[in-house]
Amino acid sequence: MPAVDETVEQVRSIDVDQYKYGFETEIETEKAPKGLSEDVVRFISAKKDEPQWMLEWRLEAYRRWLTMDEPTWAKVDYPRINYQDIYYYAAPKAFVAPKSLDEVDPEILRTYEKLGIPLREREILAGVQRPDGEGGGSRVAVDAVFDSVSVATTFKEELKKAGVIFMPISEALREHPDLVRQYLGSVVPVSDNFFATLNSAVFSDGSFVYVPAGVRCPMELSTYFRINERNTGQFERTLIIADKGAYVSYLEGCTAPRRDENQLHAAVVELIALDDAEIKYSTVQNWYPGDAHGRGGIFNFVTKRGDCRGPRSKISWTQVETGSAITWKYPSCILRGDGSRGEFYSIAISNGYQQVDSGTKMIHLGKNTTSRIISKGIAAGRSNNTYRGLVSAHRRATGARNFTNCDSLLIGDKCGAHTVPYIEAKNSTALFEHEATTSKISEEMLFYCQQRGMSAEEATALVVNGFVKDVLQHLPMEFAVEAQKLISISLEGSVG
Amino acid sequence: MPLLEIKDLHVTVGERPILNGLDLVVNKGEVHAIMGPNGSGKSTLAHVLAGKSDYVATGGSVTLDGEDLLAMAIDERAAKGLFLAFQYPIEIPGVATMTFLRTAMNAQRKSRGEEELSTPEFMKRVREAAGKLSINQDMLRRPVNVGFSGGEKKRNEILQMALLEPKLAVLDETDSGLDIDALKVVSDGVNRLRSPERSMIVITHYQRLLDHIVPDVVHVLSRGRIVRTGGKELALELEERGYADYQEEAA
Repeated sequence: MPAVDETVEQVRSIDVDQYKYGFETEIETEKAPKGLSEDVVRFISAKKDEPQWMLEWRLEAYRRWLTMDEPTWAKVDYPRINYQDIYYYAAPKAFVAPKSLDEVDPEILRTYEKLGIPLREREILAGVQRPDGEGGGSRVAVDAVFDSVSVATTFKEELKKAGVIFMPISEALREHPDLVRQYLGSVVPVSDNFFATLNSAVFSDGSFVYVPAGVRCPMELSTYFRINERNTGQFERTLIIADKGAYVSYLEGCTAPRRDENQLHAAVVELIALDDAEIKYSTVQNWYPGDAHGRGGIFNFVTKRGDCRGPRSKISWTQVETGSAITWKYPSCILRGDGSRGEFYSIAISNGYQQVDSGTKMIHLGKNTTSRIISKGIAAGRSNNTYRGLVSAHRRATGARNFTNCDSLLIGDKCGAHTVPYIEAKNSTALFEHEATTSKISEEMLFYCQQRGMSAEEATALVVNGFVKDVLQHLPMEFAVEAQKLISISLEGSVG
Repeated sequence: MPLLEIKDLHVTVGERPILNGLDLVVNKGEVHAIMGPNGSGKSTLAHVLAGKSDYVATGGSVTLDGEDLLAMAIDERAAKGLFLAFQYPIEIPGVATMTFLRTAMNAQRKSRGEEELSTPEFMKRVREAAGKLSINQDMLRRPVNVGFSGGEKKRNEILQMALLEPKLAVLDETDSGLDIDALKVVSDGVNRLRSPERSMIVITHYQRLLDHIVPDVVHVLSRGRIVRTGGKELALELEERGYADYQEEAA
């Protein structure tokens, strides 16, 4: 039963003391001075060789940020973050944007290899066969971000032929400044919220994707984020634009070394889908969750939002959240175009002392817009797992429809699951459905399975697998492969 | 040849002594019935054999095929051939019965160092065993015991027993909650599984189950000990006279 085996691995890997990606890479880095100031913002902008307007944009964000307060409404509890005790920029020393993979520091390549990420194109071409043997090799273009910089992007040439732009956002700022300028901050404005504004001031890298009108992106796009350096925050910025009738599927994965202190991750992702376009965005979030006593771990404060700007456009978020000490994340959809559709499929697993406050916002602005939310939260150990979601229909949004289903599963009796749905309908034709359940893996259930010969782990895996099935069946094949790759223990040499 | 040997077994549940020096020997191929009034320790015996965590053996020994059963983990006991048919089978939402059966069978095979079953082989076995118990495909696709009737739950227990092929099956009040027709289907299922290689312990309060599953030996349990042992006629005697004698005797 491979599905169960996978989940056994998955359950094992969420055991906080068994984090598999906790190693550190010894590499010389260049950092900005510690703390945050106008000078640091200027330093980052200069490092990236940015146009003047970009620097102004950052400085405006920085000045805004100084006037803002950290939000406290989420059900997460953590010591105050000292924003002057963080490095806002770290890059492998003597970093020059590599022209090919051969120029990338072998130490970094080894790190990604250890993580099971197929950076080398020939390995991808030679290696990854779909398990069921369908349709030859699975090809995924990868952008790898190490601390503050993008170290390698694969399949660039082939994507270029299709007209797809996939590159680090720092590079896009130089090569396609007009496109970036047109869309950057158009979904998540500079002053959107405390963490997004911080990101706007200091973001260092991330991915940029533009799929031209009528183009179906020929392969999965994927970014891997790795925080390596001590006391360093990661602030990546991702911007994806699907022009009229375009389609793109994008995957992101994240890991970090095991450390006693907390590290901040404050990313912003903006998606724009024009008329009839479709964006599928999937995440496997596996940042270091902290140790068994709740020491260390990543503080993950992320703003992700998609704008279904054109009629009949579609944005679909899928997330598998297993890592981080604190997760504060609400991938949302603005359903602006008439007949547009938003989807949110989520599996959030928390263990140890992890705290998850995650969910989505579906904002129905256009006529006959539809949305669907399927959220599965699994809480174990002493963790707290909250689903927080907003579904709203504005006056113009006649015929808006939403279906929401959020289920929680508790493992043990020291964890908590919470569901906080907000529903606002400002016109009488909107139709919203909400279903929620909470269940528990009881001692009796485990005993029953064990009496039939399963180990406690296999039994837990079986139950968890049954619980998340509804979401898993919505995932693209590539996603399952990626998720498995990141999550399973036996990563070494898993490219083949 | 003894398959199960229980010697002077003492068991407490949350500090409360329930079994107080129980002795029992079950030979290969034999069917033993254990009868007794409510609270005499019948279900405790079933649970301590299976290894449930709150049931603590404070003295005595239990061997299965000469091996120390009490030293084994729950799943290890199962792999060694111990099967418990639950009085109240547990519901597992989201997990198809078919998936559950396959996971259980392969888990046992794996711990015995055997190959996993191929899909066609597994399907063949399930179809055969399910057919005999009038279990249809729809029921196999539904989540384990969720929304099953009392009769369906018990038939599902016997299906698992048929597929897992235990050496020793402990049936805990399998007749409870069954009407006459369902009782017949379940008993027929159990009888088909009788073999010289398989022993059974049938725990029941009532004689009526033993009309269908005819035991070789009948024991009366009272206050945590076996107080009388006889042939199948002992069950009839109990049916007539009730358990009053035994409650007084032990008092």
